[in-house]
Amino acid sequence: MQTDELIDLLAADAGPVARSAPAQRLALGAGVGAIAVFLLVLFWLGLRPDLAKAVGGGFFWIKTAYTSALGAAGFWAVERLGRPGVSASRPAGFGAAVLLLFVLAAMAQGVGMSGPARLIALEGVSWTVCTRNIAILAAPLLAITLLILRQMAPTRPTVAGFAAGAFSGGLAATLYGLHCPEATFVFVALWYTLGVAVSAGVGAAVGRWALRW
Amino acid sequence: MDELESTLKPLMLDGLNGDAQAHARLLKLLSERLRAYFGRRLSASPDDVEDLVQETLLAVHLRRATYDRAQPFTAWAHAIARYKLIDHWRRRKIRATAPLDDVADFVASAPLDTDAGLDLTRVLSTLPARQRALVEDVKVQGLSLSEAGLRGGLSEGAAKVALHRALKTLAERLRHADR
Repeated sequence: MQTDELIDLLAADAGPVARSAPAQRLALGAGVGAIAVFLLVLFWLGLRPDLAKAVGGGFFWIKTAYTSALGAAGFWAVERLGRPGVSASRPAGFGAAVLLLFVLAAMAQGVGMSGPARLIALEGVSWTVCTRNIAILAAPLLAITLLILRQMAPTRPTVAGFAAGAFSGGLAATLYGLHCPEATFVFVALWYTLGVAVSAGVGAAVGRWALRW
Repeated sequence: MDELESTLKPLMLDGLNGDAQAHARLLKLLSERLRAYFGRRLSASPDDVEDLVQETLLAVHLRRATYDRAQPFTAWAHAIARYKLIDHWRRRKIRATAPLDDVADFVASAPLDTDAGLDLTRVLSTLPARQRALVEDVKVQGLSLSEAGLRGGLSEGAAKVALHRALKTLAERLRHADR
């Protein structure tokens, strides 16, 4: 086929395009995915029994702020990486700063503890399942995000997949906080962060081949 | 560079608002640019150049919603062209790198002659009969979409949907056509 013929074809298909269509689709996907994750928390894991009391305390919200900030950095990066020629260095810097700040807080908390107390804080009551649960919760959200991202135009598939995983992991970890009673910087900085990292790693590995177009 | 940007961007913006003529003009200018850009990088396999131009034009068209109107158009188009070039090399298992800053080259490349793409012709024949007939009527007969739809017994709306679907299928299959 001649290229000029192709151009005529494409021109015949040239309807108006909505201004922020990709971002809206991403936001819609995030909303649907978040509901799915919330239902999983509700019916698979169950809400923490002391939730009503916990929301009155400070750490519940610190934990929520940390994981949602990681998720927000991921979403911001996904929205940018889906568009060719747009840099994602600002969301990456934001995500790294959030991570660093929280890890520093955890180290400060850990240093102030005695050896046995530090170990108790590190293990909490759920260290064996925390990372795994977050990674499982993130999976449906990651699948939806990758599907939408595929319709955009990610020119760096691995990096875009990583961002999609960080977004899904951050949002899943936030909702996991409705189930998980852990309340130390030390625990969250290690196991929650690891859960988000696993999701990001899976996103990068899958994105590497699934986000090609 | 600024001249190219100031020519292409208004055409892109008009195209996004539904102006088919501006869109066709944009793709025409872009195709000359792409032909030169790819031609210089595929000197070992000149037969692939037009296939890659056509694949990139399809991508630019189908994914134009990802263009942010506040962004330079050439930066967006160059990123797509560069991605398609690297993807082509990867599919052919050729180890090569395109420097990130070859945008200047993308902008400055001199036009080469037009040619026909072999892959697209081949892929077109794999479309379902109805879609293929529609594409042929619009492409070869130069019929408008509503006329072509009428010949195939489709309403204008249905013809629009069918053409868009056909283009998406073509783009998808084109990526695997040179295996």
